[in-house]
Amino acid sequence: MANIMVRKSADGGLSFYLPKRDIEDSIISIEFDTPEKWGGEIRLGNGGIYYIDPIPAPARLPISVRARRVDGVE
Amino acid sequence: MSELTREQAQALIEEVLEVYPEKAKKDRAKHLMVNDKEITQSKKCITSNRKSVPGVMTQRGCAYAGSKGVVWGPIKDIIDISHGPVGCGAYSRGGRRNYFSGTSGVDSFCDINFTSDFQEKDIVFGGDKKLAKLIDELEGLFPLSKGISVQSECPVGLIGDDIEAVAKKKAAEIGKVIVPVRCEGFRGVSQSLGHHIANDAVRDWIISNRDGKPFESTPYDVAILGDYNIGGDAWASRILLEEMGLRVVAQWSGDGTLTEMENTPNVKLNLLHCYRSMNYISRHMEEKYGIPWLEYNFFGPTKIKESLREIASHFDEKIQEGAERVIAKYTPAMDAIIAKYKPRLQGKKVMLYVGGLRPRHTVGAYEDLGMEVIGAGYEFAHNDDYDRTMKEMKDATLIYDDVTGYEFEEFVRQLKPDLIGSGIKEKYAFHKMGVPFRQLHSWDYSGPYHGFDGFAIFARDMDMTVNNPCWGMLKAPWLKDEAEGEQKAA
Ligand code: SF4
Repeated sequence: MANIMVRKSADGGLSFYLPKRDIEDSIISIEFDTPEKWGGEIRLGNGGIYYIDPIPAPARLPISVRARRVDGVE
Repeated sequence: MSELTREQAQALIEEVLEVYPEKAKKDRAKHLMVNDKEITQSKKCITSNRKSVPGVMTQRGCAYAGSKGVVWGPIKDIIDISHGPVGCGAYSRGGRRNYFSGTSGVDSFCDINFTSDFQEKDIVFGGDKKLAKLIDELEGLFPLSKGISVQSECPVGLIGDDIEAVAKKKAAEIGKVIVPVRCEGFRGVSQSLGHHIANDAVRDWIISNRDGKPFESTPYDVAILGDYNIGGDAWASRILLEEMGLRVVAQWSGDGTLTEMENTPNVKLNLLHCYRSMNYISRHMEEKYGIPWLEYNFFGPTKIKESLREIASHFDEKIQEGAERVIAKYTPAMDAIIAKYKPRLQGKKVMLYVGGLRPRHTVGAYEDLGMEVIGAGYEFAHNDDYDRTMKEMKDATLIYDDVTGYEFEEFVRQLKPDLIGSGIKEKYAFHKMGVPFRQLHSWDYSGPYHGFDGFAIFARDMDMTVNNPCWGMLKAPWLKDEAEGEQKAA
C-alpha cells in the first residue's frame, strides 16, 4: 500500500502521483467513475496498474488516497 | 563540430563507458542517453535519482545541503541552526548569493552561519541541552528573528537526539516558530531528498499557522515558489508580475519571510519556477487549499512571453491585457539585445550540467541568442524532470544524469562545445582545458538572469565568456612552438 495523489491534469484528464518515488503519470482508465462509486483499478500511461478501494466520488481534486500496486512499475 | 547523428552520439557514449569495470559500466550506461523526441517517458531510456557509483567524481550534495542551503537558507527572517559539527554549515553559508533586503544580523540572517558546533562530548552525551541553550542565546542576541529552524547534520540522526521535543518546548517558551528539520546528510542519494524533507517540514510546521486568521485578499494574489533570488532573480521576476497587475504575496524562498509563507494559502495561484525543489509543497497546497499551481519559465524573451500569457490565462481580461502591455513594453528592448548579441553568438554550441531546473529552462534563452544546447544533464533530477527536458531538447542531443567528472570531460573533448554551463567544481577543470565556462548555479557572481532585465545580463555574460580573447592564449608557449614547428615542417 502506498499513498498516492490523484489530480486533474491540464488537459482535463486525471494524473497519478506517487510522492515517495516521484512517479508522475497520466491515468488512462479508472474502473469506477460515478458520483456514488469512484476508484477501483486504475491504469497508468506507463503500464502500471493500481487499485484504490472504491469511495464516493471526491468533491474536489486533488485527493490523496491509499492504493495498492497490482502490476507494472513500482 | 557538426551535428551528431543518433548513431554517432550512441557510439560516443559507448566509447566513454569503455574505461569502466563491467559493473560500473552497466550502471552508468543507464544514466546516459541520446535524446529521442518520440519517447515521451524518460524512464524507458534513462535512470535517475539513484546512488552514485563509488569511486567516480560526482557533483552531488547531501540532504542537509538541499534543505538548509537551498530551501530554508534564503528565508531571511528565520535563523537556521546548522545542528551538528561546524563544518557542514561553514561550507553551505551564503555561497548561492541569495540576495535579500534587510539588515544582516538585525532582521535578516541569510549570510550568517549559526551552528551548535558539536564536540566529542555532545556526541557522547547528546546535544539536546546544547540546542536549548543555543536557542536561548539566539533569542538574546537576535530578538528580531521571526523563527528558528533546526537543520540536522549527520551526527544528530546517528546519536538519536530528540530535536522535536526541544523545538516544541522552546517554541512555547519564546513564543516563536521553531521547526525541527530531519535533513541529515545521509538521507537519500543527493540534495534532492533534502528539498523534499524541507518541504515536508514547511507543510507540518508553517503552512497552516494562520489558517482561519483574517487576511485582506485580492482576486489577483499569487505566490512565487522555487525562486531563490540568486543575484536578484526573484526581484526581476516579481516586477513583471506586478506590472501586469498581479499581487505577489510571497516569495519562496529568496528574500522571503516567515509571514509571507504563512500567508501563502490565501493566494489564487502558485507560480512554480523550480519544480524539483518545491513541487511537493505546491501539490500539498493544491490538495489542502485548492490552489492550482503552474510551472513557468522566466529565462529568455520567448519563454517569458509564453509564461506571462499562460499565467494571465488563469485570470481575467484585466490581467491578460496587463500581460500584453508588459510584453509590448519590453519587446523593443529585447529585440535590441538580440540584434546586438545574436550575430556574435549565432551557432555556438552549449553543454549544460546543473541542478534543479536550469538544464531545461535555459534552453530557450540560449536559442533566443541563436545558440544551441547539444547536451544537458542534472545532478539530482528525477524522471519527471527528464520527461520535461526531453521535450525542450533537440533530437540526438546528449542527456546525462549525475554525470561523472571523467564522462563530462570526455564528452567535452569529443563534442567541443563553445560554452559549458555548470558548477564551481567543474569550472577550473574546463578553464584549464581552454573551454569557455559559466558557473550556472549562482550565475558566476553575476545575475539576475530571470525576467526581461535578467536576459540583458544573461546575453552580455554569455558574449563576454564565449568571445573572450583569453581562450586562445591558453596553450603554453613551448607547446605552441611545437605545433607551429610541425606545421612548418609539414
Ligand atoms: S553529509 Fe552529513 S556531514 Fe556531510 S555535509 Fe552533509 S550533513 Fe554534513
